[in-house]
Amino acid sequence: METSIIIETIVKVIVVLTVFSVLAGFTTYIERKILAFMQRRLGPTNVGPYGLLQIAADGIKLFTKEDFIPANANKPIFMVAPLITAATAFIAMSAIPFFPEFEMFGYTVRPIISDINVGVLFVMSVGAVGLYGPLLGGMSSANKWALLGGARTAIQLLSYEVVSGLSLLAPLMMVGSLSLIDINNYQAGGISNWIIWSQPLAFLLFTIAGFAETNRTPFDLLEHEAELVAGYATEYSGMRWGMFFIGEYANLFTISFLISLIFLGGFEPLWFIPGGLAIVLKVMFLIFLFLWTRASWPHIRPDQLMWLCWKILMPLSVLNILVTALVIMI
Amino acid sequence: MGFEEFKNRNISEDYVVVQEDNYPKTSWESFKQVITRSVKGELFTGLKITFKMMTGALFKGEMATVQYPKEKLPIGPRYRAVHKLLVLLESGEERCIGCGLCEKICISNCIRMETRIDENSRKEVLEYTINMGRCIFCGYCAEVCPELAIVHGGRYENSSEQRAHFSLKEDILTPFDQINQQTEFAGYGSVSVDADEKIKKTPLSY
Repeated sequence: METSIIIETIVKVIVVLTVFSVLAGFTTYIERKILAFMQRRLGPTNVGPYGLLQIAADGIKLFTKEDFIPANANKPIFMVAPLITAATAFIAMSAIPFFPEFEMFGYTVRPIISDINVGVLFVMSVGAVGLYGPLLGGMSSANKWALLGGARTAIQLLSYEVVSGLSLLAPLMMVGSLSLIDINNYQAGGISNWIIWSQPLAFLLFTIAGFAETNRTPFDLLEHEAELVAGYATEYSGMRWGMFFIGEYANLFTISFLISLIFLGGFEPLWFIPGGLAIVLKVMFLIFLFLWTRASWPHIRPDQLMWLCWKILMPLSVLNILVTALVIMI
Repeated sequence: MGFEEFKNRNISEDYVVVQEDNYPKTSWESFKQVITRSVKGELFTGLKITFKMMTGALFKGEMATVQYPKEKLPIGPRYRAVHKLLVLLESGEERCIGCGLCEKICISNCIRMETRIDENSRKEVLEYTINMGRCIFCGYCAEVCPELAIVHGGRYENSSEQRAHFSLKEDILTPFDQINQQTEFAGYGSVSVDADEKIKKTPLSY
């Protein structure tokens, strides 16, 4: 019994690692295509049919590129920083239930690597550790742009952790459990039971904080290419740079799964759509939303970002908690 | 005459001046501005526009891309790109009579020609070079040429490792075996199509 659980877990880990590494590469392709269509151009077309082999071409390029370490950089920290980003992004996935339980060859598979009863807390905290990647990478690069990018990592990711944590508190108070499976089961029984209807403000705040934490475009301050050359990743090349981006896209998927699990009904079946497909559709829509806003909205300044975080979003989330608590008490 | 009409840079009467003098002064006013802008849904208008652009590009074929090296946009007949030296269609002789007007009028001094008197005591052009690093493609040389010998062609893809690469005579002169492909020049400096009707008789012909 014990060995079967170990084997099952190892298989799940390998599946999650491979699937999301490939998806991270594939999302770069999708992103380039969607941004291209929104700007009325074609995007990658030359490599393979519709440019689909662009992922392979990018991979070959990243793997064969010279791994460059600046002379004055703090070498061990510089080398380990991308690993932190990629590793924490994948560790955070270990507590996310991707699909409902299903039977395969008479064996019940639970598509979650480890069902811990503090799932949300685990995912959020490991995601928060991920900010050490850009921070250490930016500070050890011996480059002023990278240093500025690292400083912005500290102000942005750290502050928005507060907002995302506080905004999640209100739905958690309603559900009464930190396990993502419990939160998902709370919304069983159709669209009207989704938490987004009882907690629209929390959904909005958590989505905004998710944009900031995955440093997607409206809050893309860490590597703002118009202000900092490439931000914290200026001095990185080859696969070390690629690790940062695999981590970023893995974080994107984590946040999309979290939003759809907590607010959008998770993997509960939707009318005739089975649960597994429903959550995939929700995640795909959220990823599309992330790319859509990237094509539409401008960057904002760091002071506007902090103003928004501490003067608008944080008081609103505290207010949301207060109102929810009062309603629950009554 | 004053310069007022030249100083007016408003290209359109529809200009809207954003926030000319109603900047928020107190923090309460700036807060109100943020709230109104958030509630007004400007952000969602932006999303709508990009979505419309995407559907237009995907389903209505409004893609703006030109696959440049494979397909090229047509260029106007009066476009002035790298020069060509034309020849006479009947005999294949060079039209250039070596008068040196183009050399003289060239304002960036990039044309250089070497001539001599040949055995028939006619002028013969030995060398004709145009320094493409200096040429500003003004078209004076094509305009001044009395024989319509030097014209501007349509070749605009001229990359080189050096800034000052030369257009030698053999590069721009129509080769002898391609005379049938040479079209009479319709571009800058050429005779217009209805030139014969426009010409008035000079008093000498009466």
